[in-house]
Amino acid sequence: MSKSRIDQLSQDVLKRVVVTRFAFEDLVLIPILAVIIALVLGGIIMFATGVSLDAIQRAYVSLFVGSVGSINAISETLTAAIPLTLCGLGIALGFRAGLFNIGAEGQVLLGGVSAVFVGFYFTNLPAFVHLPLALLAGILVGGAWASIAGWLRAATGAHEVITTIMLNLTAMRLLDYLLRNPPIQKAGRTDPISETVLSSAELPRILTWIDPTFRLHAGILLAIAGVAFVYWLLYRTTLGFEFRASGLNPNAARYAGMRAGTIIVVAMAMAGALAGLAGANQVLGVLGRASPNFSGGVGFDSIAVALLGRSHPFGVLLAGLLFGALQAGGRQMQVGAGVNIDLIATIQALIIIFIAAPMLVRAALPWMFSKQRSGS
Amino acid sequence: MALVDTGAVKTADIGRRQALIVGWLLLGLAILVAGVFGIESQSVATFRLSFPGDAFAVPSLIVPSAPYAYTVAALLAFFGVRQFLRGGARWSSWILGIGLFLAVTAFLVWATDGKSFSLTGMLQATVVRAVPIAIGGLVGVLCERVAVINIGIEGMLLSGAFTGAVVGSLFGGVLGIAAAMVVGGLLGLLLAVLVVTYRVDQIVAGVAINLFALGLTSYVSSQVLTQYRFLNNAPVFRPLDIPYLSDLPIVGPIFFQQNIFVYGAAILIAVSTYYLFYTRTGLRARAVGEHPEAADTLGINVYRMRYVNVTVAGMIGGFGGAWFSLGSAGRFDDNMTGGRGFIGLAAMIFGRWHPVGALMAALVFGFADSLQQKLAILRTPIPSEFLAMAPYLATIVLVAGIIGRARPPAADGKPYIRE
Repeated sequence: MSKSRIDQLSQDVLKRVVVTRFAFEDLVLIPILAVIIALVLGGIIMFATGVSLDAIQRAYVSLFVGSVGSINAISETLTAAIPLTLCGLGIALGFRAGLFNIGAEGQVLLGGVSAVFVGFYFTNLPAFVHLPLALLAGILVGGAWASIAGWLRAATGAHEVITTIMLNLTAMRLLDYLLRNPPIQKAGRTDPISETVLSSAELPRILTWIDPTFRLHAGILLAIAGVAFVYWLLYRTTLGFEFRASGLNPNAARYAGMRAGTIIVVAMAMAGALAGLAGANQVLGVLGRASPNFSGGVGFDSIAVALLGRSHPFGVLLAGLLFGALQAGGRQMQVGAGVNIDLIATIQALIIIFIAAPMLVRAALPWMFSKQRSGS
Repeated sequence: MALVDTGAVKTADIGRRQALIVGWLLLGLAILVAGVFGIESQSVATFRLSFPGDAFAVPSLIVPSAPYAYTVAALLAFFGVRQFLRGGARWSSWILGIGLFLAVTAFLVWATDGKSFSLTGMLQATVVRAVPIAIGGLVGVLCERVAVINIGIEGMLLSGAFTGAVVGSLFGGVLGIAAAMVVGGLLGLLLAVLVVTYRVDQIVAGVAINLFALGLTSYVSSQVLTQYRFLNNAPVFRPLDIPYLSDLPIVGPIFFQQNIFVYGAAILIAVSTYYLFYTRTGLRARAVGEHPEAADTLGINVYRMRYVNVTVAGMIGGFGGAWFSLGSAGRFDDNMTGGRGFIGLAAMIFGRWHPVGALMAALVFGFADSLQQKLAILRTPIPSEFLAMAPYLATIVLVAGIIGRARPPAADGKPYIRE
């Protein structure tokens, strides 16, 4: 190996290991400050709506304690982060391929309800067959539902923003219908609620050896596997390269011989599969059944997660954890300080604004940053 | 990231494939209309065209159900076959529109078979329900014509609804609308600051505005409004009859016995069309959306143009949002806009980035909305959930049919950096 080659190699390694000052500011300082500023503004909003200073303090203590203050809190944070991460990965994958998939909500709902169906319909199956089968149902149905939008885009040029919005609304109505009619509706009930998933299809809880009430389930492993899979797919495979190439410049990708139509359909299907898996996780790991709007808006929150994570798998994981922590802490805040949990959505929005606009943070706290690159 | 680039797929291919898809769809509809609506109809459908107290009574429209269904089926089959022949593809989107319209009328006749149904009442509701969607679409048009993608329409509507309810409860409806417009304008200004000055990704900014508006209004409503009920008890604007015009048969009740929001939306759409396409400033605005570098070279202030347009669009969004509380419900409920802003976005693309196009698309959505509501009265054998899906599916079909020729402003979604 020649000397210059070694130099080149060592520099490459160095670039990856040593974080420069600016990268540090952008990657670490800005997000931390964004969270702090958002929390301060959240406090001002609470104060403006008549919450006493004492209660504001209690609210933030509860937010902290409820998200990372105990093993139970961490378990709740991780539980909430699982669907956000999985679904955010799907949306990030779409972004990388140049597709804006607003339809994750519908994919989550239909994927989840299919997992429920498999989860109660097949009896007498051993868990190692039943659980994968139920997860697979979520993946397939979510993927199939999303690929409708992909196929329409590829075949007719119909814009995926419109088609996925419409597919969302359709999926909500379809779910309403399914939950009110056999075989999905629970026998003997008149309200929209599904049968309960059998224990052989449930995702096992993995912290019950510490305390039987801890809700963290094996879905966390799926979420981590999902992050690894999407990273591998995007940066280590030809297909991922084609996704990114057609996301950056569809025309160049097409002239380079990539099949635009196939890429769109496959990317949408994979995004939908991840969203469907997120839905299956919720019903098999946490809820045990499906009800109207059982997703709790995960499909929309995860758009924010994907944006916050800059459509990078690891970024999505971190953003999912942050949003999961805010959700788990927010529930504690509502109980402990009587501050409504909707405040969390406001704080999340502020965090997104500040992370997306680092110049705002630099302008607000100029003394925290080095001077040279103030105009980035 | 550009919202729209149909460049990924070859246009010629799309045209041919579209023609075939439309053909199959029309044939399918023909079979549905003949096989279900035709066979199951026995009697006549009665459509009432006037209300009991109208100045000029119009006799009801009586349609023999079965013959009507077979006629429509024959027409649909003819259109469908024509799609497969050479040359048929040229009018694909029009034919598809006409075909869907005919199928909807056949459906209505079948659903009304042996009963009577107030057609005028349904069309009146159509116009009312189209208002927030049309305004949402108009907000999108005004922003995207200066190349700012506005995903935050939903948030602007929602904050308008909230402000309208609170200020309207305290100081009356007119001030409620004014305050809603101010708050909508502030959100528009925020969007402009983020995307024009700080060059935040436009979709990120829009999503953040939606989240912010949804979170803040829900928070304040559950933290404050549930305790102080008098803050959420707003007056509703009653319909205003326009003298003489409101006495016209059929047209009168539909267009001229409506409340201030319907008239306001109509005026805003007319003024916006005039502004964008018939004034010098409008031409400049569109130039900023198509080619900001060229516009800047000619001395147009690109940044100011974007700021002004997006802020004004936000004010219009606030006005549209006030419809929910001051024009319809009389109070604010969490997330009461229910995705109307997103449907407005769809109406904008559907209407090809033109205010009047967006209005037409909004009327289609409004029609579907009110149709679904009124059909509950007629008790058709189809589950109501599937009826509720129909407009969304129809939108998908129509968008797949027409989008080939729709084109967004060239610079849409791109920040402008002055050199």
